Amino acid sequence: MGIGAKLSAIYRRDRHISRLILMMVVWAAFMAITRFDKFYTLINFQTMASQFPEFGLMSLGIMVCMITGGIDLSTVGVANLVSICAAMLMKGMANEEGEIAAYVIPLCFVIAIALGAVAGAFNGLLISRIRIPPILATLGTSELFTGIAIVLTDGKAVSKLPRVYSSTINSKIFGLIPTQLVFFAVMALILWFLLTRTTYGTKIYMIGTSARAAEFSGIRMSLLLIKTYMLSGICAALGGMVMLANYNSARADYGTVYTLQCVLIVVLGGVNPNGGSGKTSGVVLAICLLQMLQTGINRFPQISSYYISLIWGGVLILVMVLNYFTEHNIHLFKPKRS
Amino acid sequence: MAQPLLRAVDICKSFAGVQALKGVSLEIQPGEIHCLAGENGCGKSTLIKIISGVYQQDSGYIEFNGKRFGKITPRDAIASGIQVIYQDFSIFPNLTVMENLALNSELADGHKLVNRKRMRKIAEEAIAKINFDVELDRLVGTLSVAEKQMVAISRALMFNARLIIMDEPTTALTRKEVQALFKIIMRLKQQGIAILFVSHKLNEVFEISERFTIFRSGELVVSGNTSDLDDKKFSYYMTGREFEDELFTPQNLSEKPVLEAKGLGLTGFFEDISFTLRKGEILGITGLLDSGRTELALSLFGMRPADKGALYKDGEEIHLKSPQDAIKNRIGYVPEDRLSEGLFLPRSIADNVVISEIDRLASGVGIIDRAKRRSEIYRWVRDMAIATPNPENACSTLSGGNQQRIVLAKWLACNPDVLVLNGPTVGVDIGSKHDIHAILQRLANEGMAIIIISDDLPEVLQNCSRLLVLKAGRVAAEFLPASTNEQEVLSHML
Repeated sequence: MGIGAKLSAIYRRDRHISRLILMMVVWAAFMAITRFDKFYTLINFQTMASQFPEFGLMSLGIMVCMITGGIDLSTVGVANLVSICAAMLMKGMANEEGEIAAYVIPLCFVIAIALGAVAGAFNGLLISRIRIPPILATLGTSELFTGIAIVLTDGKAVSKLPRVYSSTINSKIFGLIPTQLVFFAVMALILWFLLTRTTYGTKIYMIGTSARAAEFSGIRMSLLLIKTYMLSGICAALGGMVMLANYNSARADYGTVYTLQCVLIVVLGGVNPNGGSGKTSGVVLAICLLQMLQTGINRFPQISSYYISLIWGGVLILVMVLNYFTEHNIHLFKPKRS
Repeated sequence: MAQPLLRAVDICKSFAGVQALKGVSLEIQPGEIHCLAGENGCGKSTLIKIISGVYQQDSGYIEFNGKRFGKITPRDAIASGIQVIYQDFSIFPNLTVMENLALNSELADGHKLVNRKRMRKIAEEAIAKINFDVELDRLVGTLSVAEKQMVAISRALMFNARLIIMDEPTTALTRKEVQALFKIIMRLKQQGIAILFVSHKLNEVFEISERFTIFRSGELVVSGNTSDLDDKKFSYYMTGREFEDELFTPQNLSEKPVLEAKGLGLTGFFEDISFTLRKGEILGITGLLDSGRTELALSLFGMRPADKGALYKDGEEIHLKSPQDAIKNRIGYVPEDRLSEGLFLPRSIADNVVISEIDRLASGVGIIDRAKRRSEIYRWVRDMAIATPNPENACSTLSGGNQQRIVLAKWLACNPDVLVLNGPTVGVDIGSKHDIHAILQRLANEGMAIIIISDDLPEVLQNCSRLLVLKAGRVAAEFLPASTNEQEVLSHML
């Protein structure tokens, strides 16, 4: 087998992932040719790695929901509510110089995760017990969580946080790896493990494929759905904590563009919006690709940042069109038969 | 002989390298009822689609009414009077009967504005042709399957049809409805319309058709007069195999009943059902579509919990409130609709086989033991003789018979004491049907208690040791299959 044939076999094994990698390579090469010294710096990569976990974590949550055939539109609402609660807690526990005891940060994370889980469980209950379609249920709770956040803050930003929080999360492990990236990587690994190695993963793929057949197979659907939305809530809560550190403040309307962006990322990453298929690796790749595109475009001062939406939209539509061809087995370039 | 209405000669067609039709020919006379039979995947649907212009043949030609077509287009087909009634009827469930009937001719005549009076007139004429009595303002989605079919037939007749092709028209019909359909077919015949009736059910072929054609794996096996055909020949032509049908006699009955129902009822569906089931026994339950048989099956699996009476498992009363309760009590259920209820079609054969027993293949915290999973999958693929090169392939790549074996394997893997099967061989080809019956008889002899719920009378008579007949939600009769026959059972069903 020649190298070409080998490559093509690898490509064929998972066209979706291969295509995302291909696009990343092309973009990386383009950046290397045009803006090598400005793009390929350690600082630049560190900055990217500290930015994407915000929406990356939220996307991971939406991914699990979408695999069950649902969606979670409340992630940004959960993230903001959680970050506001954490910010208020930190301010409340700080002394007059604005310092906090060492245990406060871990405590905030525990509370954040618990809050995220509760919010997710609420979504899950509405969807599995009251049987509200996920898109409506989470749209509703999104408004609800944002509303609570506005009431808590009177719509103002919660700022002047203890400095130590932002500086801890923004520090680099071994002076190299941004802490935000670690959160993202750990969560991605946990989800990958859950989806591929546990009965939970197998079952949610099955539910997403056919809820009816799942019921006839004796799968306890409501419990699984509640667990799934809890996972999404926890992802969103962590995303909120990262946002809190990156902006050094919290507000009810931060990151509102993320909701749809995350949904698009997940679809771009190869998750079927009807449920039943999709991989963590695909979504992680899509997140990285979009961050690279965004940062790359910023390296061209003559291109206004107004173009970013346009380019994102273009990439997304391109991938969808290519997926259509893959799914319907249409070959644009017919392989030569030997 | 008069000039044939339709002649398809030497038609070949392949899809992505698979030869679906290998030079088949078909001839239909005007006003003839012709039956096209064959197992799933034999190419009958492909031929219909070529005749109606949906697909184009690779070689061969079609003559219709003396006119030769190299390639026929859907427009040619309709203009020449060929109409196809597909299994899904291609009608709009959200529109009324009148709108469905009038839509095509309204579009064809280029009317841009809706004129309800004109539409009503068109629709009334259409249903009058087959004496079909229906309220024209009802939404088609609320009609029964049989009524939808009548709408589709009425619509087909509006275009001066010369040949009506019906693709497995009886699949979802009750016996009475099938009789009504046959009456209409006879009526159409009198009007000089030829019918190509596609079916794989033997009794229908005998009952309705004058001539028949049988395909097997894309080839024409035989074409002739139905009067020359009998059961044995039919099975042989369809499968290329000869079968010995053995009556089931239980060999290994347990002393005590494993499952016992006392006065079981579900308001509005069935009442006062009592039976006992011993290990090693196959109990048949039959009845018409609306007899409550399906609801009874669902109650035994906890999907629609019974609200009256009691159910005993091994002498202890059990309450089945959900499928999980049933599984806990080691009751398995092979559902009626394999495609939507039994299987996760796009997922792998492997996942489908292990899904119900998956918790037993994992450690306490839910991490799957992959070696155990793999050995379990290979065991069932082998035991059930599932024809696949790789168990990681999607279920949708398999034939109906193999798919049904997967559903069986899924439940056998849970090691149930009682297995309830609702229509175990619906849509399954004769060869697999025979194999599935053999598997069920073997399981019973190995000590499993089995309930077969089916309206396929030959099936229940051959495989069950006892037979309950349900009528309007109550037990109308109980038989020993060895001492009864189809007519007697049928008379208690109707």
